Amino acid sequence: MVEATQSEMIRWVPLLPLLGAVVHGLLLAFFRRPLGRTLTIALSCGSVIASFVLSLLLVVELTQLPAGSRVMTDSMFAWIGTASFSADAAFLLDPLSAVMILVVTGVGSLIHVYSIGYMDDDHREDRGFARFFCYLNLFTFSMLMLVLGDNLLLMFLGWEGVGVCSYLLIGFWYSDKWNAYCGSKAFIVNRIGDFGFLLGLFLLFWSLADAGHAAIAFRDIQPAFEHIAANTVMLPSWLSFLPGFPEWNLATLIGLCFFVGAAGKSAQLPLYVWLPDAMAGPTPVSALIHAATMVTAGVYMVSRMSFIYAAAPGASAFIAWTGAITAVFAATIAIAQTDIKKVLAYSTVSQLGFMFIAAGCGAFSAAIFHLVTHAFFKALLFLAAGSVILAMHHEQDTDKMGGLRKLLPITHKVFAFGVAAIAGAPFLSGFFSKDEILLAAKLSHIPGHEALYAIALGTAGITAFYMCRLHFRTFLGESRASAQVRSHVHEPARTITVPLIILALLSIFGGEVLGPATALDPAIALGWLDPEQGNAFARFLGPVLANAQHEVTHAEERWLAVSSVAVAGIGALLAVWMYLLSPGVPVAIRKSLSAVHALVVNKYYVDELYDRVFVRPLVAISDRVLYRFIDAGLIDGVLVNGSAATLRGITNGLLKYAQSGFAQSYLAWMALGTAALVVYLATRAA
Amino acid sequence: MIPITHAVALSGILFLLGVLGALTRRNLIAVLMSVELMLNAVNLALVAFSRQWGNHGGQLFVLMVIVVAAAEVAVGLGIVLSLFRNRESVNVDDASLLKW
Repeated sequence: MVEATQSEMIRWVPLLPLLGAVVHGLLLAFFRRPLGRTLTIALSCGSVIASFVLSLLLVVELTQLPAGSRVMTDSMFAWIGTASFSADAAFLLDPLSAVMILVVTGVGSLIHVYSIGYMDDDHREDRGFARFFCYLNLFTFSMLMLVLGDNLLLMFLGWEGVGVCSYLLIGFWYSDKWNAYCGSKAFIVNRIGDFGFLLGLFLLFWSLADAGHAAIAFRDIQPAFEHIAANTVMLPSWLSFLPGFPEWNLATLIGLCFFVGAAGKSAQLPLYVWLPDAMAGPTPVSALIHAATMVTAGVYMVSRMSFIYAAAPGASAFIAWTGAITAVFAATIAIAQTDIKKVLAYSTVSQLGFMFIAAGCGAFSAAIFHLVTHAFFKALLFLAAGSVILAMHHEQDTDKMGGLRKLLPITHKVFAFGVAAIAGAPFLSGFFSKDEILLAAKLSHIPGHEALYAIALGTAGITAFYMCRLHFRTFLGESRASAQVRSHVHEPARTITVPLIILALLSIFGGEVLGPATALDPAIALGWLDPEQGNAFARFLGPVLANAQHEVTHAEERWLAVSSVAVAGIGALLAVWMYLLSPGVPVAIRKSLSAVHALVVNKYYVDELYDRVFVRPLVAISDRVLYRFIDAGLIDGVLVNGSAATLRGITNGLLKYAQSGFAQSYLAWMALGTAALVVYLATRAA
Repeated sequence: MIPITHAVALSGILFLLGVLGALTRRNLIAVLMSVELMLNAVNLALVAFSRQWGNHGGQLFVLMVIVVAAAEVAVGLGIVLSLFRNRESVNVDDASLLKW
């Protein structure tokens, strides 16, 4: 194992945002008086920006270590300690968490600044401003705990923390009951995933301890895992329909359990349903939590556990296929949505599917690369959508937009760059990361990888189509808003536009700067740069991840890139034709395929299906059996009130007559009792 | 020397008389006197056993009982007096309000 460098600075990366959250929280909870506006901004944004600067310094320090030993740790205190099991409150900074903290604090800082402008508009609740920043800081802290945690337990703590903050922020405007419902839905669906995470954690720890190598810190688990990698488990007979029955690789089972957790957090089938509804929260929240950071926690976790998946080809194939099906499924839903944030939400689900395709194919660095570029362009798209929503006075329906290009020139431009980046326009950030994923799918050895590649490629085309459609319907064409609304539309404050421009620059150049992973880079293609030096990002992450090595010629790679650009181009041109040149076509399609259209608009009726199959039976059982029969009937009726009534019956009918009021009758009873006692003692002694 | 059995038998008889008096007499003063009889029956037994075993603990207890009995009588007579002031009677059955 590599020797770790100690650094006591790491703890301050998560602790600074925590400080902001605690100060706000204490003031709000105990004094009911938030800080003034300026102080709130200084504390919240300041703490996250300071955390970002600190992260930058630490990552620079990390990169100066030799490539093989880039590990820095910071142990604060022993958290849990028993004879056979101990976990420290300790942080681990390695290339993987370095990338994550830069994304979390970097994009987080921009979104904090953006929130100043966005939440100024909110007059719905008096203490809303400080409360919002309190939750946002708490979220940043939890997310940093998740990515910096040195062991599985600390990671789980952060994992749950981001879930709570997500719940709090989705239901931020809780006076609208729907928002509170959406928050609960997100939390409950995530709990289902967390259950899988916990099962995986217990299974992993139990089997490690069973093999005599108990470990909980990532750096200890990895070497210890070799001892159990070959273990198998016997499945119970009712699972006989599963492939590979009855003997399963233990690593596969552990990997699948962890993936259930990842699927919950990262909104994969069948647990994606919470993410579109999570759009009920304020738009900066959607950008930070439900696009850039929290939803990528599952991808991070799978990458962190890459050594398990390297030993579990079955679980990897399952992940890749789940990702692919989710990607195409969500992309098709996004085609027919009209709510600007809903389209972006389904697009996020789809892009997360892409990341899992990469992770399942063993290309973890491609997954993390796409995570980073996606954080840039999706945060950009959400924040730009927020700017539109603000300008339109909280109108989110693109049916009532259109023609905003002249009224919101900056927003229009940055949104266009975001669309180009996600669609995979050549040499923007999404192009590099998506091509790396397509390449990974093409080259992988999992079952049906050719079909996987075809699905991913097709989804890339659909993505280009629906993102262009969204852009055209929002910014181009004739305005469908009322004249009264249109007259108030204006470009928002500078706290909003500046983060947008920075994110746009990151979306454009992020892929190029972070190390164009392949021969697609023009600098490499033209021979300016040695290809071996080009893949900086993957080489940086290399020591942490269990990467499958690709063997591919540059010619093949170029051919793949050309085909993906071509597919994306077809999607974009189709959108141009349908929504700009001949606007009658979508209407005609909608009419001729009304059944299909209804299916897609209603999101394949998945929510309705879950409602019938899971929610209603559960509510019915809870109400009739658990509440009415067991709680009200058995516990309240029989045990509590029943026992009291029985006792009252006995005393009222019988025992109360013993209380006669005649002192001498009491005396007589006493004498009898004493006599009985004497007789008893005397006979026993004899 | 008088055997211990004699003293214990006398003590038992006195105690039973006391119990019977306390249970049957309706006059509160007579009940109090019966209680005194029981106490003194116990005293007698204590003294007898003390002598039997040559242990002075029993006699110490008797002194204790006498002191407590004196205090008890004072309180008891006070209650009787108070009852008489309220009911113009010292019959125990007249004080039976505290019941179901």
